[in-house]
This record gives sequence, C-alpha cells and structure tokens, in this order.
Amino acid sequence: MITVLYFARLRETLGTGSERIALPATVHDVEGVRALLIARGGEWKKVLAPGSPVRAAVNQAVAAGDTPVADGDEVAFFPPVTGG
Amino acid sequence: MTVRIQTADFDVSAEIAALRRGRPAIGAVASFVGVVRDVNEGSAVAGMTLEHYPGMTEKAIEEIVSQAQARWSVLDTLVIHRVGRLNPADQIVLVAVASAHRGDAFAACEFIMDYLKTRAPFWKKEETGGGARWVEARASDDVAAGRWRLKG
Repeated sequence: MITVLYFARLRETLGTGSERIALPATVHDVEGVRALLIARGGEWKKVLAPGSPVRAAVNQAVAAGDTPVADGDEVAFFPPVTGG
Repeated sequence: MTVRIQTADFDVSAEIAALRRGRPAIGAVASFVGVVRDVNEGSAVAGMTLEHYPGMTEKAIEEIVSQAQARWSVLDTLVIHRVGRLNPADQIVLVAVASAHRGDAFAACEFIMDYLKTRAPFWKKEETGGGARWVEARASDDVAAGRWRLKG
C-alpha cells in the first residue's frame, strides 16, 4: 500500500485529500502512479492529464516522473506553489 | 535556524528581538514581511486561505535556509509563514536574517524569499467578488528564483 495525498485545487476537484492504494507490481515510479489514477477517468483524468500543471513529491521531497515509488511510500500531487 | 508554520499572527519587533537576544556578534538584521493585498490581477480580494503540506513545507523551507547559509555568512535565520484564513493587510510571512554585516543579511533574506515563493508548498485561495479562486503560479516568481543561479 502507498499513501497518496492531494492538495489545494486537486484536493477540492477530486473530493479527497488522502487515500491508501495498493501498488500494482507493474508500477515503480511517479509516472506509473499518475497513470494508475488517470485510468479512473472523469476528474482524475482531467486534473492529472499529461501537460496539466501538476507537481509531485515522494516522501515529502520534490519528485519527477521517474522518481521511484515503493510500498509504504507517501506520494503527493499538487499544483505549482503560490506561497509568500 | 527557526522555521514556524502557524495560523496566529506574529509581532515583527518581538521576533527580531528574540533572534538578536544574547548575540552581540550580530551587526545586521534584514527582514521581509509579506502582506495580503486587497487587489490581485484586477479583482478586489476580500480574504484568502493558505494551505500547506505539513511536514514537507517545513523541510522545504529548512532546505532553502540551509542553501542560504552555505552561500552567505549568516549568524541566524527565522522564517514564519502563516496558514489558514487571512484578511487584506494581514501579515503572511516573515523572513529575518541576522549576520555580522548587512550585505550577507540583505542577500540571504532576498534569496530565501525568492525560493520560498517557488519551492515551498503553500497554496493561496483568494475570495473575490466572483467567488473563491486558487491563485495560479507566476512565471515572474520563477524568474526571481532563477536569477540566483547566475551567480557563483
């Protein structure tokens, strides 16, 4: 299982801030997790689609598409940051 | 190094006094205070809500401060960032840098603020006449953070 977190616009659009999902044996990185979520269709497909302004983190560190994801990890998806 | 994420307001004078207390080597303190504007991109703003990623936000700011400390001669730093609902004219963020001389304090303070804008996970949702909207990231903030790569 991995924990997947969503923040800001993604959290609101998807209607959830956190979920636990089983990591299929074929998924090894952030891009794989993203594809898994996009396959749900609907809003998931819209907000996570390739080219949409989404950033990711693995275990609270900024991640790229090829950043490895393993069982027990915390993966987060969120929009570009707007603090300060 | 102190990094605090909080809903409560902060007192700049008291925070800087605490930063300086018992540190006679400090010769300069540069501070920046970010404030909620009542207008953004042409719309009146009645208030905003700031969201963060507990854990990652603190780590990201600590990393930015560490980079500043590696680049400039800094004696201590304080970053306070508020989250939750804020009104126009409310303080959002304080960055204070103490050093022996002003050059290091000015530069490190601006560096920390520029990187905070583009690297620290915070998101603003503004309340305007047309409803609430998530603020989009600005390309100019990336430019501001990017210019630090040109040096040294």
